[in-house]
Amino acid sequence: MSPADTKMVGTKMADVSTGIPPERASPATAVETPFRRFLSDYTESPVAVVAFVALVLILLIAIFAPVISPQNPYDLAVIDIMDSRLAPGETNFAGDMTYVLGTDDQGRDMLSAIFYGLRISLGVGVASGVIALSLGLVIGLTAAYFGGKVDTLIMRTVDLQLSFPAILVALILVAVLGRGVDKIIIALVVVQWAYYTRTVRASALVERRKEYVEAATCLGLGTRHILFRHMLPNVLPPLIVVGTVQVAHAIALEATLSFLGIGLPITEPSLGLLISNGFDYMLSGKYWISFFPGVALLITIVTINLVGDRLRDVLNPRLQK
Amino acid sequence: MTDDTPTLAVENLRTYFYTKAGVVKAVDDVSFSVRRGEVMGLVGESGSGKTVTGFSIMGLVDPPGRIAGGRILFNGEDIAGYSDEQMRRLRGRKIAMIFQDPMMTLNPVLRIDTQMIEAIRAHEKISREEARQRARDALGKVGIASPDERLKSYPHQFSGGMRQRVSIAIALLNRPDLIVADEPTTALDVTIQGQILYEAQKLCRETQTALIWITHDLSVVAGLADNICVMYAGRIVEKGPVDDVLDHPLHPYTRGLIGSVPTQNQRGKPLYQIPGMTPSLLNLPEGCPFRTRCPRAQEDCRREPEITAPLPGREIRCFHPHLETVA
Amino acid sequence: MSVFIIRRLLQASLVILVMSLLVFFGVNVIGNPVDILINPDFTQEQREAAIRALGLHLPIHEQYFVFLKNAVQGDLGISFVFGEPALKLIVQRMPATLELAFAALFLSIVVGIPLGVYAGLHPESIAGRTIMGASILGFSLPTFWVGIMMIMLFAVMLGWLPSTGRGDTVEVLGIHVSFLTWDGLRHLFMPALNLALLKMSLVIRLARAGTREVMHQDYVKFARAKGLSRRRVVLVHVLKNIMIPVVTILGLELGSLIAFSVVTETVFAWPGMGKLIIDSIQLLDRPVVVAYLMIIVFMFVTINLVVDVLYSLLDPRVRLQDLKE
Repeated sequence: MSPADTKMVGTKMADVSTGIPPERASPATAVETPFRRFLSDYTESPVAVVAFVALVLILLIAIFAPVISPQNPYDLAVIDIMDSRLAPGETNFAGDMTYVLGTDDQGRDMLSAIFYGLRISLGVGVASGVIALSLGLVIGLTAAYFGGKVDTLIMRTVDLQLSFPAILVALILVAVLGRGVDKIIIALVVVQWAYYTRTVRASALVERRKEYVEAATCLGLGTRHILFRHMLPNVLPPLIVVGTVQVAHAIALEATLSFLGIGLPITEPSLGLLISNGFDYMLSGKYWISFFPGVALLITIVTINLVGDRLRDVLNPRLQK
Repeated sequence: MTDDTPTLAVENLRTYFYTKAGVVKAVDDVSFSVRRGEVMGLVGESGSGKTVTGFSIMGLVDPPGRIAGGRILFNGEDIAGYSDEQMRRLRGRKIAMIFQDPMMTLNPVLRIDTQMIEAIRAHEKISREEARQRARDALGKVGIASPDERLKSYPHQFSGGMRQRVSIAIALLNRPDLIVADEPTTALDVTIQGQILYEAQKLCRETQTALIWITHDLSVVAGLADNICVMYAGRIVEKGPVDDVLDHPLHPYTRGLIGSVPTQNQRGKPLYQIPGMTPSLLNLPEGCPFRTRCPRAQEDCRREPEITAPLPGREIRCFHPHLETVA
Repeated sequence: MSVFIIRRLLQASLVILVMSLLVFFGVNVIGNPVDILINPDFTQEQREAAIRALGLHLPIHEQYFVFLKNAVQGDLGISFVFGEPALKLIVQRMPATLELAFAALFLSIVVGIPLGVYAGLHPESIAGRTIMGASILGFSLPTFWVGIMMIMLFAVMLGWLPSTGRGDTVEVLGIHVSFLTWDGLRHLFMPALNLALLKMSLVIRLARAGTREVMHQDYVKFARAKGLSRRRVVLVHVLKNIMIPVVTILGLELGSLIAFSVVTETVFAWPGMGKLIIDSIQLLDRPVVVAYLMIIVFMFVTINLVVDVLYSLLDPRVRLQDLKE
């Protein structure tokens, strides 16, 4: 081998690339870039964008229900029993209002009832979701950080509860606690906390092994500080995904319970209650009393699921990098 | 088809994978032939294209890969363009394959007899009892004791060496004309390896079956094969009778491979290693793919070398072969 | 094998015990047990007699043991509404619920697995994608609403199927079953389908994921190398390997099906346990509620146990492993 050959081999070694793509900028360097990237990834699916817009619309309706409803269906002064069970598109007795979606057995405008019902259904669903999430976050982080017996105890409880179907847990709680908005919310929280805890713990465990936790520990930062300021932001993405799906489930569960008559009391008429009211009239052909609230419920749940699905697809591969 | 027609003649085979990252030329202009009763060793590092060559012959290249050019003449007929159903009739009956890892190639939830009997009954209409008899004989032939019991067991109840014997037995069940063995002994320990090699060779001589033995291990082919093909980056770089090639390697890569086998080196001297790493098939060097690691590389190696035959019976793809080693 | 079973039995018993504690203390600590367990219509004397009879004058842990003792003997309280032993009421209605649950399970397997396997074999095809899309829908739609829509469509508008109730029954081994009569089947179909839809989405997704994973395994390639027909490869090699996880999960879902039947039974007025429990909760018939919860927990744990044992039978690796131990 001549010196010339050796030199050529030496320089040519650099040619032998193994095809690794250049490193991506880490998320810590710029806050703008990951979010922008997330936005562009998310909007790649037209279905997801439509779902998101629909969801925002629904949220707005729910928040502004009293303002935008043609009629306050729970104000006894406004409704007229003479207008009961009118089909969609018919006008009222006085002739000054058209019931776009018909009326129910009490003469309430269905459209308004649906708006108010959305408000309650979403309100209960989101409230229970937020509480369950917070609970799950604290418990999950604790389990992941402390490990050992604490972790085992918490996870055994989680596993035990998750082996029972949600409806059963809800039934038990309703049977024991009784009726009432706060009790239903408690029941929904108990049903959900386990999912959140498990998700939080799983991603926290992954994070825990990463170097920045070790670095923070070496710097002598307190446990709580590490937990909340360091691990939390990295644990959030899968949590968001689980959260959206769970809220959809919570809404569906509350609707189911209300439909069965063991959910929210009639002073808080959620969509489930509306559907249950109209059920009897369906057999005689007056479908709209049940049908339209049902459609509203459906759209709500489906859009939340679609958004959640898309979020999961977009957020996950990034986590693996 | 005369008696002279080789069992398998591969001509200018190209198998490419069309991936999002680019076209991977896993097999790029490969030609060789194998006659009845002959053992051909197909040697190369991982990523050299030897396994894909084997799959191409079997018609088991899955998307995004496909045969992009060339001919595969089996008993004189070109099977490269065969439909899946036509290939299915050949597979397991005329051309059989032995895979590398027997634990994963045998279905863990099915019994051995099920897996053997189905291989027979897929091609012949015989009764289950007859098929079972043939299976039992095949197991006996590969040296498995108490075959009746073994037939009723599951794969995980066998040791690695026995599982591989079962795979060989399955390959031989329908008396194929050609067997493609893809690294069958790599996962086994050395003593078992020796036994399997011996059995394979014996069986092929007896039944006059052509055998292609794919491996990265030169010592395996040394005792077993009649001819050897050395592959690098999807191309054949050297071809010839095994003793000639191993004693007098012409291609610098072959030389490097032989030089890095431990037994060849004297004690105390550092073990020779080919410098550098196998290139990614997406990012091959210009011209001869071995150029960047070759101690004899020169400027003209930037052109793609063609197959030449500097000596009778030997073929090489190189501008600067080690002709000085041949007297 | 027996070591395995014994270990699982112990675990199961532990869970039942824990649940009984939860239910008992739930009923007695939250809310006034006297009001819960004793009929409010009783006179003062009757109340005191009942308190003594129920042992409510004893300290709480002794009450628990009394509860357990009674439970083991089959006494889970007397219903306020019907005046009969709660256990008897529930057991009377059990066949109807079980029939519904098993019919739903059957439907979800028979429809779900072929669809899922197909979607797994042809993931990019239109049919494959439609199946996956439909399964997402099936998963998100609330069961009761689908039930209502089914009634609206098939009973009210088309008039093909009866809208509510259970059909004619036939007595088999002392149990009344309705699927053996044509009228019974007509009544059974919609509620079973409704209940099945939720699980069907799960089965489809499982079968699809399982198929896609298995298809890439070496043994499938080897099967093809042997020259086996695609049909055989899928039906024998692939199917047997995906059945194991599918059966496991399905078995566990049977319990959830039974629990979920409360919804379907209410919508379709199916006279099973579920309808009983909803009515009981509304009417505050607590003994029945407690009895139902205990029974369902028991069923649940038993089903899990049976599934575990079945799993070990299906997967020869697990079964023979235990033999060696």
